[in-house]
Amino acid sequence: MSPMKTHAVLAAASLALAAAPLAAQGVVAIEGGTVYTMTGAPIEGGTVLIRDGRIAAVGRDVAVPAGARRVDARGKRVTPGLFESHTRIGLSEVGAVPGTNDYTLADQDEDRIMAAFDVADGLNPASIVIPVTRIAGVTTAVAAPGGSGLVNGKGVVIDLAGDDASDMLVRDPVAMYATLGEGVETAGGGARGGTTMRLRELLEDTRAYARQRSDFERGGTREFAASRLDLQAMIPVIQGRLPLVLEAHRASDLRTALRLADEYGLKLILMGASEGWMVADEIARARVPVVVKVLQNLPSSFERLGSRYDNAALLRRAGVQVAITTGETHNARNVRQEAGNAVAYGLPWDEALRAVTLYPAQIWGVADTHGSLAPGKVADVVVWDGDPLELMTSVEHVFIGGREVPLTSRQTELRDRYRRLDENVRVYTTP
Amino acid sequence: MKRALSALVLAAAAAGCAQGGRPASSPAPASASQVPAVPAPFPSTYVPFPSRPTLIRGATVMTAAGQVIPNGQLLMADGKIVAVGATVDAPAGVAVIDAAGKFVTPGIIDTHSHLGAYASPGVDANSDGNEITDPVTADVWVEHSVWPQDPGFTRALAGGITSLQILPGSANLIGGRSVVLKNVPSRTVQGMKFPGAPYGLKMACGENPKRVYGARNRAPSTRMGNVAGYRAQWILAQRYRKQWDDWDRQGRPAASQPNRDLEMETLAEVLRGNILVQNHCYRADEMAQMIDVAREFGYRIRSFHHGVEAYKVRDLMARDSISGSLWADWWGFKMEALDGIEANLALVHEAGARAVVHSDDEYGIQRLNQEAAKAVAAGRRIGIQISENDALRWLTANAAWTLGIDDRVGTLEPGKQADVVIWSGNPFSVYSRADKVFIDGALMYDRNDPSRQPVTDFEAGILPRSNP
Repeated sequence: MSPMKTHAVLAAASLALAAAPLAAQGVVAIEGGTVYTMTGAPIEGGTVLIRDGRIAAVGRDVAVPAGARRVDARGKRVTPGLFESHTRIGLSEVGAVPGTNDYTLADQDEDRIMAAFDVADGLNPASIVIPVTRIAGVTTAVAAPGGSGLVNGKGVVIDLAGDDASDMLVRDPVAMYATLGEGVETAGGGARGGTTMRLRELLEDTRAYARQRSDFERGGTREFAASRLDLQAMIPVIQGRLPLVLEAHRASDLRTALRLADEYGLKLILMGASEGWMVADEIARARVPVVVKVLQNLPSSFERLGSRYDNAALLRRAGVQVAITTGETHNARNVRQEAGNAVAYGLPWDEALRAVTLYPAQIWGVADTHGSLAPGKVADVVVWDGDPLELMTSVEHVFIGGREVPLTSRQTELRDRYRRLDENVRVYTTP
Repeated sequence: MKRALSALVLAAAAAGCAQGGRPASSPAPASASQVPAVPAPFPSTYVPFPSRPTLIRGATVMTAAGQVIPNGQLLMADGKIVAVGATVDAPAGVAVIDAAGKFVTPGIIDTHSHLGAYASPGVDANSDGNEITDPVTADVWVEHSVWPQDPGFTRALAGGITSLQILPGSANLIGGRSVVLKNVPSRTVQGMKFPGAPYGLKMACGENPKRVYGARNRAPSTRMGNVAGYRAQWILAQRYRKQWDDWDRQGRPAASQPNRDLEMETLAEVLRGNILVQNHCYRADEMAQMIDVAREFGYRIRSFHHGVEAYKVRDLMARDSISGSLWADWWGFKMEALDGIEANLALVHEAGARAVVHSDDEYGIQRLNQEAAKAVAAGRRIGIQISENDALRWLTANAAWTLGIDDRVGTLEPGKQADVVIWSGNPFSVYSRADKVFIDGALMYDRNDPSRQPVTDFEAGILPRSNP
């Protein structure tokens, strides 16, 4: 059965379920656009039906219930909301203002193992970065810890709407974050071998702790390499339940990461991987997904001598699952520019779009609700006035969890405030 | 920037600054003002690479001088543009490039780069962009920091960059002289220097100087300290200039030649109008104050760089003919960058000031065309329609004006230097790439010919080049 037919069947099924009189409540039909479901071929003149925050149906012959809000998307493109895989959205308001940054403990914690640190408690749903990002079509993001620690803590997946962190959180925690290579030379004692030595020690002590927790509580164990909280936080990592994100760039560091994952049965996600193309076959064989920044082609450090623009395309060609990121926070909205450039450098267009929708959803373990347009998924939907990867394309509608968000942000307010240079009108008038 | 994070004798000039409208296209040649007491040191040794007369045909030719010519032709010879049009008369024997479906533009010019001064790899040993030892280092010349082997030059070339200004960093109130380069491979920076381009002076407002020196418990530690710092220097510079100008008027008597001072030489040249002020400044209120400092001392500000709040003072910039060297969308990385908006370039353009897309970034410089496209779209969203010709001028003609080289580059017009890019498609599309880049008529980069892709010494034998 073709994917499109699957949708039609599922659509019919969910319509039957939803035939109650109040069905039109919270029902939106986005009609007539070219719908990129991410799991099947694009549907020309398709309809996306949203009900109660979820996608109810997708297809060409979707019956729209009476009373539904209708959005005319003829001539437009409809996609899942874009998914940014590596940001500090909600964790960093003004880069150089320390009090507004909540993504790292690295400067405070001398032992450099901060596995228990979970960014979720610091999430700021009122961050001005959130509206700026979502009106550009990015509806979902990973908010990740940063820093120069050996282990930096736990990240989360968030939807970019909600009054409270609990409204935003899609998955908490989503992964543990650590680094190999130049970024953690200090933490590793100044040498790569020191970094891996300490990581192994941590993993082994976590095993020991998991086995001897009651002994530990009684003081009946030897000293461990990390605090109780950190060891506790590492247990799901050694059990392969919580992914370990390792940022690494040099080909040899990527191999080290693969080796560690294999030795300890870790569920590995590689971050950065500037020289990933050099070991693409090995990464593919290990079935390890990679999150890459496309616009990186300079030997900016000795661990990135092999950086090149077609890294994403070469990894994909080798069979690696690739998600594309800006690695930025305030300009996470440029993730579609990254994807567009990946196309310019050899990644097929539909694969580039998947690398900012479906694949991140799969990599971060939320594909059951995110990353595609299919019945039952959370209704994160964007309507574009053209090719979503093109620079001059604008967003026309953004739905997050089925609710349309206004296309306003602090930036649009400032813009409108200064549309005319008339001081008296401006500062005493709410736009 | 983001990671490492610009007397009575002068009364006439000061009055001139207050006039509205657009000034003459380029600064007066040095001969207009006197006192070349010493010969210009470190002269350019740039010689254009070999070229042959070449006709590009079949492409959409975007001149940045008002024309977009479908299926147009461009003829270049002896390093210059000879003719542009729907058809041009080409002599027999010229090389012909069939560029059907492609787009031809002037070479892109970046007014704000630190290539060579903050070279890749970004190790401490290559960090030569800021002389952070005194808030005023008008005596330093960034060309003495530029490493011609920075691989970033080659990447910028592949992005269509043919000329660029290298600036000192923004840690100091007065950071030193800039240098304008042709983006050509060379053993020496002298071999890259754009012949005849005026120097720029880097000045910086706001957070950076006050943070750097405030942290050392010395001035400036505040914005008012910043302004006091500029003014104190300009007072010294006025005195210095007068000493030398008086000496010149007296027929240069050998016995009474004033002492040279490297800082003051540069600042006096700014006051004489021979060096262009390139002023790093984010906030609107500070830009307005820098305009007043310039008026007080009778110099002109050529461009505000970064200017994330330029949209708030775009009328002042238009009035005083100050260009805005701006990003399309950077914001939020520090307090003075908080009010950045995507329509900044469009609003500055609409107000009649010269908008320029700059990079300040070794990656951004590789895709200034894409940055312009985003800014055009942001303008469109509020009803500002910007033509492709105007958007292209943000990358070429306006940038050339900012550097004082617009009589030589920045448009595709007969007589201009043949700095030309052939793009695989519309340059404002994310999917387009520079296919061929010509500098002074010479093919310096060809995407489809590895033998026409420069490799720096640093990359030789160190970069993995192919998939094993």
